[in-house]
Amino acid sequence: MALVISDLSKYVIVIFMAIYTLEAFLSFAIRSRGYLEGLYYRQIICMFIIHFVSFAAICLETSDLSYIVFYGFQQILLFAAIALNRAIYPNVNKLLLNNMSMLLAIGFVILTRLDYEKSIRQVTYAAISLVLCLFIPLAVNRFQDIIPRFGWVYGAVGIVMLAGVLLLGVATNGSKISYTILGYTFQPSEFVKILYVFFIAGMLYKSSNFKQVLLASLIAGLHVIILVVSRDLGSALILFIVYVAMIFIATNNHFYLIASLLAGAIGGIMASRYFSHVQVRIQAWRDPFSYIDGTGYQITQSLFAIGTGGWFGMGLYQGDPTAIPYVEDDFVFSAIAEEMGVLFSGLLVLLCLSCFICMIYVCLKLKHQFYRLVSAGLAVTYIFQIFLTIGGGTRLIPLTGVTLPLVSYGGSSVLTTLIMFSIVQGIYAIEAEEGERRIARRRKKLQRRREKEYFETEEGEEA
Amino acid sequence: MYIFVILMLVCVIHEFYFMRYESETVINNSYNPRQTILASRNIRGSILSADGEALAQTVKSKEDGSEKRIYPYANLFSHVVGFSTKGKTGVENIGNMQLLNSHSSLGSKISNELSSEKNIGDNVVTTLNVAVQKEAYLALGAYDGAIIVTEPDTGKIIAMVSKPDFDPNEIVDIWDDLVDNTESSVLLNRATQGLYPPGSTFKIVTSLAYYRQNAADVSRYSFNCNGSFTYEGNRINCYHGSSHGSEDFKKSFAKSCNSSFANIGVSLDLAGLNSTCEDLLFNQDFKLDYTVANGKYVLGTNADSYDVMQTSIGQGKTQITPMQLNMITCAVANKGNCMKPMVVDHVESYEGNLVKQYNPETYAELMTEDEAAFLTDLMTEVVKTGTATRLQNDNYTAAGKTGSAEYNGNKADSHAWFTGFAPAEDPQVCVTIIVEGAGSGGEYAVPIAKRIFDAYFASVD
Repeated sequence: MALVISDLSKYVIVIFMAIYTLEAFLSFAIRSRGYLEGLYYRQIICMFIIHFVSFAAICLETSDLSYIVFYGFQQILLFAAIALNRAIYPNVNKLLLNNMSMLLAIGFVILTRLDYEKSIRQVTYAAISLVLCLFIPLAVNRFQDIIPRFGWVYGAVGIVMLAGVLLLGVATNGSKISYTILGYTFQPSEFVKILYVFFIAGMLYKSSNFKQVLLASLIAGLHVIILVVSRDLGSALILFIVYVAMIFIATNNHFYLIASLLAGAIGGIMASRYFSHVQVRIQAWRDPFSYIDGTGYQITQSLFAIGTGGWFGMGLYQGDPTAIPYVEDDFVFSAIAEEMGVLFSGLLVLLCLSCFICMIYVCLKLKHQFYRLVSAGLAVTYIFQIFLTIGGGTRLIPLTGVTLPLVSYGGSSVLTTLIMFSIVQGIYAIEAEEGERRIARRRKKLQRRREKEYFETEEGEEA
Repeated sequence: MYIFVILMLVCVIHEFYFMRYESETVINNSYNPRQTILASRNIRGSILSADGEALAQTVKSKEDGSEKRIYPYANLFSHVVGFSTKGKTGVENIGNMQLLNSHSSLGSKISNELSSEKNIGDNVVTTLNVAVQKEAYLALGAYDGAIIVTEPDTGKIIAMVSKPDFDPNEIVDIWDDLVDNTESSVLLNRATQGLYPPGSTFKIVTSLAYYRQNAADVSRYSFNCNGSFTYEGNRINCYHGSSHGSEDFKKSFAKSCNSSFANIGVSLDLAGLNSTCEDLLFNQDFKLDYTVANGKYVLGTNADSYDVMQTSIGQGKTQITPMQLNMITCAVANKGNCMKPMVVDHVESYEGNLVKQYNPETYAELMTEDEAAFLTDLMTEVVKTGTATRLQNDNYTAAGKTGSAEYNGNKADSHAWFTGFAPAEDPQVCVTIIVEGAGSGGEYAVPIAKRIFDAYFASVD
C-alpha cells in the first residue's frame, strides 16, 4: 500500500508546488492588497499540504511512528516562524517569508528521507537560527544609521576569519573550509559572505570614486585569493561575482564591469592551468562518463538520479539518491529531482528565483545607497550560489561543491541564509519607513501648497 | 540583474532538455544502481516482435519462485535481441530501462502491493518481423556473415542476422567457452560491428563521387574493357578476368567492371572522393542504439595510382560494416535521406497501454534527390542486365549492387556482398547481405536477397 500512496503523493506534491510557484509570480503583478493577503494564505496552505503529504508518505514507507512526532515539531516550527514574523513585523515581505518557510520545509522532507539523524540536527539548527533571526530585522532597523559606518571592520573580520581557517582549519574533501569548536563544525566562509557584502557596501555607499573602488577591489581580491588557496572554489566564485555586481550597481560604470569580468576570466584561466583540482573538475564536467570510476562518479550518479526519476520522480524512498556521494550537502537538488520529480525540481528553481526578485525589488525602491547595495549584494550571493549548485548537479557547469541554501544539510549554511533573509526583511522595514516618510512629506507639501493657494486667493479677493 | 534571471531560466531549460532528450541514453548505464532497485521491484518485461510475438520473456518458476529469462526462438534472434545476464546486449540493452520500469495500471499495482507480488515490467515492442528474420536466418545457412533488412522510408529494422550465433537461453552455461574462444567471435554482432572490405559495393560510392564531379558528362562516358586495365605500370583485373567489351557508365556499373572503375578512379579528384566518403558516413562515430563500428576510408589526397585504383573498386584499405552499407543503400532508396535505424517501435505496459511511441527520424541527408535517382537507375540496371539478374521476377523490380570482396590477399577467397532494395520505383524494403568466404556476390548473396524480398512482400500482403 505504501508504494501506491507514495506513487500518488508525488502527483499531489507537484500540483501544489505548481500552484504555490504560480502564486509567487502572480504576486509580483498584483496590486490589490486584499487579493495579495488571500494569495499569501493560499501559499501557506499549499506549503502545509506538501509538507503533510510528504510526511504521510514517509511514515507509511518506513512504518516508523517517531516520524509523526518529528513532523509535528517541524510543523509547529514553521508555523511559529511565519506567525511570529508577521506579528512582530507588520511590514515584513510575506512572500519572502513564505518562500523561506517553503524552502525549509522541502529541505526537511528530503533530509528526513536521506538521513534521519542529520535531519534532526538540521531542524534543530533551523529552530535556533529562526529564533536568532527574529531579532535581526529589528536590529537592522534600529541601528540603520550606525551599521554602514564599519565598512573596514567587516572587511578585516572577513579576512581574519578566512585566513584563520586556512591556517588552522581541517580539510574536508580536499578543501580547507571549517573549524571545529567545542565539537561543532563551523564553516566561516558562509558568514564571511554577509560581512563581505556589508564591506563592499560600506566602502562604496558614500562615494564610488576610483580610490574607493580600488580599495574595495584590493580587499575583495584578497578574500577571493584566500578562498582559492583554501580550495573553496565555489565561495571564491560567488564572492567574485558579488563584487562585480555591486561595483557595477554602485558606479553604473561599464568600464569597471568589463575590466573586472576580464580580470576574472584571466584568473579563471590561470587557475585552470595551475591548480590541478580545478583541472580535475573541468575534466569531469566535460567528459564524466570516461572518468565514471573516479572524478566523474559524483556527477554521473547525479545525472542517473535526475534521469531515472523522470518528470514526476520515483516517489519518496523509491529511488537511490544516497548513491550520490555528499548528496545531503552538494547534491540535494538531484535527490529532489529523483524522488519528487524533474518538474518539482524545476519549480523549485523558479521558487528560488522569486526569492531573488523579492531581494532585488527592495533594492530598486530604496533610496538609501548602503542598503540598496546590501540588498543587491545579498540577492546576488543567494542566486549565484543556487546557479552553481544546480548548474553543477545537472552538468551545465563544472562542479563547485556549494550547498542549496535552506534546503541542503549544514548548520552554517542554514544560519547564514536565514540571516540574509532577515537582513532583507529589515531592509524592507527601512524601505517601508522611507515610503511612509515620503508619503508624509508629499502630504505636507500638498497641504502647504493648498494653504498658500488659499491665502493667495483670499488676498486676491481683498485686493 | 536580468542576467541572473536568465541564468536561472537556463538552468531549468537545461534540466528539462536533459530529461527530454538525453536522460534515456544516460541512465541506461551499468553504473546506475537504480537498475537493481527496479529489478527488485518489477519483473523484467517482454521483448515482442512487431506483430506481438514474444522474443524474450521472463517466467517465474512455480516451485521456488525464481525468475528465468526465456528466448522462445533460441538462436534465431541471438544478436539482435541479445541477452540480459552476463551483461546486456541487443534490444535487452537498448530497452533495458523500459523493460525494468512498470507502467501497469494503478489497480494492478495495488493488488500486487497487497499480495506482495512484483509488478510486471513494460513490454518493448520491436520493429522485427519473425517471418523475415526466419527466412534470412535460414537463407544464410551454414555460412558465417550478416544480413540486415530495413525499411528505407522509416529506418525500421525488420530483420538482423549475424552468424555464427548462439542460444541466449544457455548463455550462462556457454559463456566461458564463448569468451575463451577468441577466434570465432560468436558474440560479435557482425551486422553492426563486423568490418569488411566493401568490394564492388563500393562502386556505389565511386559512382556518386564521379557523378558529383562530372554530372553533365556521365552519359558520354565510354570504356573498352579487355579484362584488365593498366595505369602507370599497375594493373587491375576484372573478376575472373572476363572482358566486358565496349561499355558506357551504366554498363560498367551493371557488369561491375573493375577495369572501367579503375579508369574512373584515376580520373577522380581525390579530395572530392574523400568528401563523398565523409558524406556517406565513413570515418565517423555512429550515434545509434546499436554500437556500430566506424567505417574506415584512409586514401590520402596524394595516394599513388595503384592505391587509388584498388580503392575505387572497393579493395584497398577501405572497411565498412553491413549496417553502414545498409544506411547508404536506404539513402539511395529514400531520395538521399537516410533515416535513423530503429529497432524499438514503442513501449507498452503489460496490459497493452501505450507508454512511449518512437517516431522515425532523419539520421542524415547523404545525397541529393537527383544523385539518389542516378544511383537508383544504375542499381536497377544491375538487376536487369548485370550481376544480379537472379533477382528478376514478375512481381517486383529490384535494384542493387553485388560485391565480391577479396580478403587475405588471396584471390580465391572472397566475401559475397549484396545490397539493394525493392520495388525499384517505390522502395519499401532494403536488404544488405554479406556471406563470408562464399565467393561471388551474384552467385551467393543475390539468391539470399531474392528469398528475403519474397518473404517480406509475402508478410506485408
